[in-house]
Amino acid sequence: MRKLNLKTMKKTTREELITFAMVILVYIVMQILLKTGHVSSLLEGLLVPMCVYSLVAIGLNLCVGYLGELSLGHAGFMCVGAFTGAFVSKLLRDSVQSDLLLFLLALAAGIIMASVFGFLIAVPVLRLKGDYLAIVTLAFGEIIKNIVNVLYVAKDDGGIHFAFSDPKKMNFDDSNGIWLINGAKGINRIPNLSGFTIGIVMILVALFLVYNLVNSRSGRAIMAIRDNNIAAESVGINITKYKLMAFTVSAAIAGAGGVLYAHNLSTVTATPTNFGYNMSIMILVFVVLGGMGSLRGSVISAVLLTLLPEVLRGLKDYRMLIYSIVLIAMMLFNWAPKSIEWRKRIAGKLQKTKEIKKEEA
Amino acid sequence: MNFLIYLINGIGLGSVYAIIALGYTMVYGIAKMLNFAHGDVIMIGCYTVFLTMTRYGMDPYISVALSVVVCTLLGIMIEKIAYKPLRRATSLAVLITAIGVSYFLQNAALLLFGANTKSFSNVVNVPGITLADGALKISGTTIVTVAVCIVIMLVLTWFIKNTKAGQAMLAVSEDKDAAQLMGVNVNGTISLTFAIGSGLAAIAGVLFCSAYPTLTPYTGSMPGIKAFTAAVFGGIGSIPGAFIGGILLGIIEILGRAYISSQLSDAIVFAVLIVVLLVKPTGILGKKIHEKV
Repeated sequence: MRKLNLKTMKKTTREELITFAMVILVYIVMQILLKTGHVSSLLEGLLVPMCVYSLVAIGLNLCVGYLGELSLGHAGFMCVGAFTGAFVSKLLRDSVQSDLLLFLLALAAGIIMASVFGFLIAVPVLRLKGDYLAIVTLAFGEIIKNIVNVLYVAKDDGGIHFAFSDPKKMNFDDSNGIWLINGAKGINRIPNLSGFTIGIVMILVALFLVYNLVNSRSGRAIMAIRDNNIAAESVGINITKYKLMAFTVSAAIAGAGGVLYAHNLSTVTATPTNFGYNMSIMILVFVVLGGMGSLRGSVISAVLLTLLPEVLRGLKDYRMLIYSIVLIAMMLFNWAPKSIEWRKRIAGKLQKTKEIKKEEA
Repeated sequence: MNFLIYLINGIGLGSVYAIIALGYTMVYGIAKMLNFAHGDVIMIGCYTVFLTMTRYGMDPYISVALSVVVCTLLGIMIEKIAYKPLRRATSLAVLITAIGVSYFLQNAALLLFGANTKSFSNVVNVPGITLADGALKISGTTIVTVAVCIVIMLVLTWFIKNTKAGQAMLAVSEDKDAAQLMGVNVNGTISLTFAIGSGLAAIAGVLFCSAYPTLTPYTGSMPGIKAFTAAVFGGIGSIPGAFIGGILLGIIEILGRAYISSQLSDAIVFAVLIVVLLVKPTGILGKKIHEKV
């Protein structure tokens, strides 16, 4: 067996291992804190959402960071995943005994559905570029949210009834059956199958998959398209294929996040706050602040920014205001050319003092 | 006859979208950025009118003028503080900063004015017209909205074609560095664009709230997104495009709500947008930019 040596191994492998170790470490620390009762109920309630946002941010980073296409519609894929997953687990609740198996079935269904939607949307959308692409993905996300709100599905002895926009048309009597999807009321009484452990496992799997993808031949092709699509095309990279691949995988991961999200709640509805463009934007903020093309950054910023409003809860009404100021300040600090120059100067000075000290010693 | 009524209402709503879309499209043309906070500037404008009218009992016209001043100053301030330092950064960084500004304005409004819905009183006191023996009524608000929109369009087109500042705007949107070399004050021109866009946002906000009289800190975001859609629809960066896109979007929304489904009206608007963009990827009046290799 080859020995794992942190210093001699490839840089990408080392980076990946550090990310995995970080996630596992956070998990262990949180578990210890949970067992010893040091976690407030508020924080405990945030653990699964943190996993959800990290997952979707990993997915979106593949699209924005590696493929270089701005998507404002990932909340739509989350919505597809959440509703498909919750629908399947509610439908199969009675026939599948094991909780884990039920969740895996729901997860598979959610991922498949989200990737189908991702693929179908990507085919026309990826012809567009930049801001046009952004607005069309935003439009698709809003359409998905709107359609879910007028979808009615119910189950009784006669089988499954289905209606669009008008529930009266489906001659369903709710005295001897159950609603599976009840329009704007969404899906209720979803079995609570998700948890912090499942969330962490899903993050690890997603990290593993995306790391492997971006370090493979396909991943290099995807990044080549981002850096210069004409050059990429001229060396024989099939642009359409790799764009579709990255977008679909990205949508699938967002769908997985949605399944996790739905099974953490008892009722899931599609509202502007959870599956609207605001959510897509929030996830995009995680990705950009964490650093495009850095999966570790996405996870860290998703966790920190989810915690931030809660940490600031003591400030009551001012917390979201402070959140927005922090966001603007961080963007200016990270990206303004003047601030970059200033940071370089400081870093240069530190380097110099270090060297001088070395020489003196 | 019903169809005609819906059409007129659609044009009324579309005019509001067109005015907002002008703000988006001008800023995009000149600074190449999506000003996500534009919708929230509208909301601030509405609150200004609401407060000055209800609390201080000002004349509607004075309070509208005041709100234009407030929004103009706000637009310039936002540009100076948040966007100017990022002039040479990637467009995504600017986009996220704009989102931050949008959150900031929403939450500042939440603190200053409270979360409860205010009912906005109509500032337009022009009588409506009744045509065809009372079967066709056009409200004063609609008439004023359409008229204001047309006037703004004409003035803006004249301004850009015939004044030095307008020419400077065109030059900066074409090529910032070349404009600088020709002695155009680039920073001043960009500030002026933000000022005009935000001033227009105040007017649009007042007209929007006169037609749909509920006011909350989140009032601005949906019309903002729709107007942005309208700007893209018409070809972002093009002023007549914003006008056409806005009017068409308004008509589609009202007709969709009336004839297909009220719950799906937003979905219909977005679906039409997608179809248009897929057929003509740069919008109706957008110029096709050929990529140089």
